[in-house]
Amino acid sequence: MAAFRSNIFMLAFFLCGFSVFVTGDVQTNQMNVAETVFIDNVPTTETDASPPSVTEQSQTAEEKRLWEGTEVGTNLADGASDNKVDHVHDTMQATDAPPSPPAKDQTQRFAFDERIWEATNVEINLVEDAPPIRDKEADEADHVLDTMQTQDFPPPSTAKDQFQEELVIKPLHSGDIYASFQFRTQWDTDFLLGSKVSHYRLFPKSLGQVISKFSVRELHISFTQGYWRTMQWGQPFLPSPPGAELWVWFQDTVTDVDLAWKELTNVLSGIFCASLNFIDSTNTVQPSASFKPLGVGNVTDQRFLRYAVLPREIVCTENLTPWKKLLPCGSKAGLAVLMKSEKLFHSSFHSQALHIRPVCKDWQCKSTSWELRQTLNVVFDLHTSGQGKREWSLFKMFSRTLTEACPLASSSKVYVDITDNPQGELFELSPATPLVSQAVVLGDGRTYSVYDLTDHATFGQTHSLNVLLRWRAAESGEMLRPLLHGERYVAGYGLQTGEIHTLVYNNHPYRAFPVLLLDTVPWYLRLYIHTLTVTSKGRDNKPSYIHYQPSKDRLQPHLLEMLIQLPPNSVTEVTVQFERALLKWTEYTPDPNHGFYVGSSVISALVPSVVAMDTNNTQERPLFSSFFPCKEESTYFMRIYTEPLLVNLPTPDFSMPYNVICLTCTVVAVGYGSLYNLLTRTFQVEEPSQGLAKRLANIIRRLRGVPLLT
Amino acid sequence: MEEDALNQSTAAEADISLHMLSESPSGSVVIYVVPESSTVLPEGVSVYVGQRRTALLRAGGQMRVAVALKEVLASLETWIKQVLQVMSFSHGDITAALSDRVRPGDRSREGLADSMRAFKSSPGYEITFSLLNPDPTSHLLHWDVEAAISSYIQPLLSKMAPVANFSIDSQILYYAVLGVNPRYDPTLNAYTLNADSLSHVINPVEARLGSSAASSNPVLNFLLYVPDSRHSPLHITDHRRHTVPSNAFSSPRWGGIMVYNVNASGTELPVDVHIDMRRVMGVFLPQLRLMLGVQSAAPPPGFLIGPCGNAGLADWELDRLMWTRSVENVATATTTITSLAQLLDQIGNIVINDNIAEQVSSAVASLQLAVGQLEVGNLGLAMQYSKEAILQSERAFFDPSLLHLLYFPDDQKFAIYIPLFLPMCVPILLSLLKMASEVRQRPGQGQAKKD
Repeated sequence: MAAFRSNIFMLAFFLCGFSVFVTGDVQTNQMNVAETVFIDNVPTTETDASPPSVTEQSQTAEEKRLWEGTEVGTNLADGASDNKVDHVHDTMQATDAPPSPPAKDQTQRFAFDERIWEATNVEINLVEDAPPIRDKEADEADHVLDTMQTQDFPPPSTAKDQFQEELVIKPLHSGDIYASFQFRTQWDTDFLLGSKVSHYRLFPKSLGQVISKFSVRELHISFTQGYWRTMQWGQPFLPSPPGAELWVWFQDTVTDVDLAWKELTNVLSGIFCASLNFIDSTNTVQPSASFKPLGVGNVTDQRFLRYAVLPREIVCTENLTPWKKLLPCGSKAGLAVLMKSEKLFHSSFHSQALHIRPVCKDWQCKSTSWELRQTLNVVFDLHTSGQGKREWSLFKMFSRTLTEACPLASSSKVYVDITDNPQGELFELSPATPLVSQAVVLGDGRTYSVYDLTDHATFGQTHSLNVLLRWRAAESGEMLRPLLHGERYVAGYGLQTGEIHTLVYNNHPYRAFPVLLLDTVPWYLRLYIHTLTVTSKGRDNKPSYIHYQPSKDRLQPHLLEMLIQLPPNSVTEVTVQFERALLKWTEYTPDPNHGFYVGSSVISALVPSVVAMDTNNTQERPLFSSFFPCKEESTYFMRIYTEPLLVNLPTPDFSMPYNVICLTCTVVAVGYGSLYNLLTRTFQVEEPSQGLAKRLANIIRRLRGVPLLT
Repeated sequence: MEEDALNQSTAAEADISLHMLSESPSGSVVIYVVPESSTVLPEGVSVYVGQRRTALLRAGGQMRVAVALKEVLASLETWIKQVLQVMSFSHGDITAALSDRVRPGDRSREGLADSMRAFKSSPGYEITFSLLNPDPTSHLLHWDVEAAISSYIQPLLSKMAPVANFSIDSQILYYAVLGVNPRYDPTLNAYTLNADSLSHVINPVEARLGSSAASSNPVLNFLLYVPDSRHSPLHITDHRRHTVPSNAFSSPRWGGIMVYNVNASGTELPVDVHIDMRRVMGVFLPQLRLMLGVQSAAPPPGFLIGPCGNAGLADWELDRLMWTRSVENVATATTTITSLAQLLDQIGNIVINDNIAEQVSSAVASLQLAVGQLEVGNLGLAMQYSKEAILQSERAFFDPSLLHLLYFPDDQKFAIYIPLFLPMCVPILLSLLKMASEVRQRPGQGQAKKD
């Protein structure tokens, strides 16, 4: 009985200990503030003089003047701009100014495409603080009209939808090859006003159903494996963070955006075979400034925007196959035949993306059509696999050659970047092509050789096109340092506190420009926002706009958005300290010791163009046109992503509870057993039998005839 | 009035004017008995089934002498039974509707095939028309599917609106090929697909069709396949190797496929082809009727079934379908609730939330209402209640909180306590063994003591 009682005590004691262990992580949360904190110092008008912010304002202005003082001689364009908003307006006008007439038809089309993509981007991105104005759309239409008229755009075809495909190949300075596919389907229809019946021709049915069911206005999704090394490779055409990224603008008719977002992520995870269903409120944010719509439309209310990143997502063939299926020609014809997954995934970087947005249908932009852009970017490391020989061909990269264009495509082209090779002294490109195109891509004038696949002459005698590039010189020239670059790491030691460092580089020699920094941090890293510091060139750099939304445990992540002015030729460091939270034992991932990912920071910026930096510019153009830097090309929009972070959280030994159970139970059982024996056994005195030694001694004694021992 | 109507020259006109006179409620059948001398019915036809809920029945030869009403009715009884068999809800329909739950037993093969062909009852259906173009370099296909759907398919669907919701899509798929290589038949000078190989046709195409992303309703697929010029013309042959005139086939509970041959005689590729949608819809419409469960059994001899109007569906056919669907829905909802109850019996400590309990009770209430309305013969309401019952029962059954795996079974709890119980059992077992051996020894000792 006593044993039984002690057993109960032991068990009760153990259970208490265990429950303490389990509930130990329910700690008080310091940051459990529900409302969003806005710290906004940007003066919206020139005559702004609100008393509380006046000192800070003058401080920043003073700093600003300091920088200007050092570089005032070179900075002609920005001399007049006093604060950021002014600067922003300045650049906006720049995009509105009519561009100078370029030289060739090919160039124009390409450049136009690029610019429209950027221009809409820029325009909406920068009017972030202004309320949506009715005139804006008309304004935009005017702008588009303007650009359209200066460049002879091909007349709109009668077909209701059209498809274009394009491959750009760019030899990188590191010796790698960058191949970027773009497929564009444009469809003149209205998903939302039309009747229930939908008839699809080139546009994929599954996506059309998604758009109309969830009233999506814009959808951007990307799957990326690997990290884009900006310092070695320059800028990508379309940036994307490692893992999966999804951001969606809903129509303003949607009443329950959260519900629509949840269902949409589930449907998309089914369509793309990805784990997008792991997107929930703990990793979804509504950025206030960083992600503005890229298509036409005047709703910029962030209530209809959702943004989520899954940095853990692994991208592989099962994501590529459904992506390829959305193309009208599948992987049967056109450029898509090159997409063999065993080659595409044997690469340093792989990123596939899909963008849906409404675009202007015609010159007047009175109605919209839907654009579906599918892009695939790959970086091949041919230098190491090619036994040190620097040459590449389509066949070497993709183990296929091109034989035909997709018959449904209205244009199908392959571009090869030959900017560094104007005289053919660096490398040799075969087969040679007479078509050359020039375009300003990401603020840099580039020259491309063009292969038009719709032209039968391109394929020549062999009926196949295998673009081959052989290097002559061992070393390619120095790469221009990218003007904007970001890095991020976790500092600190121990498992309790730490510090996130974000470094933003402005490599422009004489111009300062503002960047928008967006950070989303999961709730289990509790940010101490009072420790937020922004320093550049060794002194404090006060952000002019901060939008911070604190996290709620298990409900929402931290969101931190800042507008920071980057001084020229500087490194700006943003640090913030955090504390690691203890998770409940069911909240750990299956491999908790691997660490927990924190998604990339997003840096969006209007970057001064390299073209304006070019001193040779004055030699090619008439003198009267080149005194002031050409405004139209002076800035361009850029978005870069930093590395995702991998943070170790305090991780318990998950086998411990069972070990403890085993150990305590054994101890209890042994105690119980001995007590039980003690209580139930009867003890009696027993005559000990003669020992072995005594018996032996007696035998010897008997032999000797001595009396025996008793 | 009705005599005037019956004096029309043809049965179809009589049918229409009778309908103008009085509209019969859904679920009922009105039979007009016309004298043998009447010229309304054509020669050799004794029963005319109209497109509404009326039937004209010619009185037999012996009618002339019969006087009493009873005798008249008695003589007509066999005919009336047959009319009801055709027009109304019969025993066969019940067995067909419940075929999934009732053992097939003695039912005919054909009846089984019929019941397997139609989709199961569902609150909504997605209908997808796909045009497969395996070679866009040689054919440039144009189909005016929008107009064809609104003129051929939409009338039928709007008539069937009380049964279910329908949504229609269409798409064009390029480079979509069939899974079987057609064989060249020199006698026909054409390529043929045998009926045996048709089962392999669908699979590779289905991967490209794309499941419906926006809803979980069953999808009816209708594929129009235009063979490429190298495999043209292409014919489907039946088991006796005769070509099928419609050049189409259907797959039960999946959809239909039609092969549309074009003679690409043009010299310049690609050839523009405009598809004759009338021909295509002429094939797809009957297939759609079959898939949706509108049965068209061959009428018994002496019956003439009137043309079913531009909706493609007679009123009595709709009534019969609604009977069938209501019964099927009631059966499905009952099974769902029963299996939910079974699940709850299996897992004792499952948590039933209030909303689930509410859904179950409202499902049961709707079920009872549906059965009550069916008894009265009020088809529309019965259909509506049975649909509600299905929705609620499914929602209760598939509630995420009732996931089986959330409740781990009791034996696993015991496994955790094994380290405690096993060592504790050892001394108890040992002492039990000792006691047993003592008991066995004691009789021997007792005997020894007696001695």
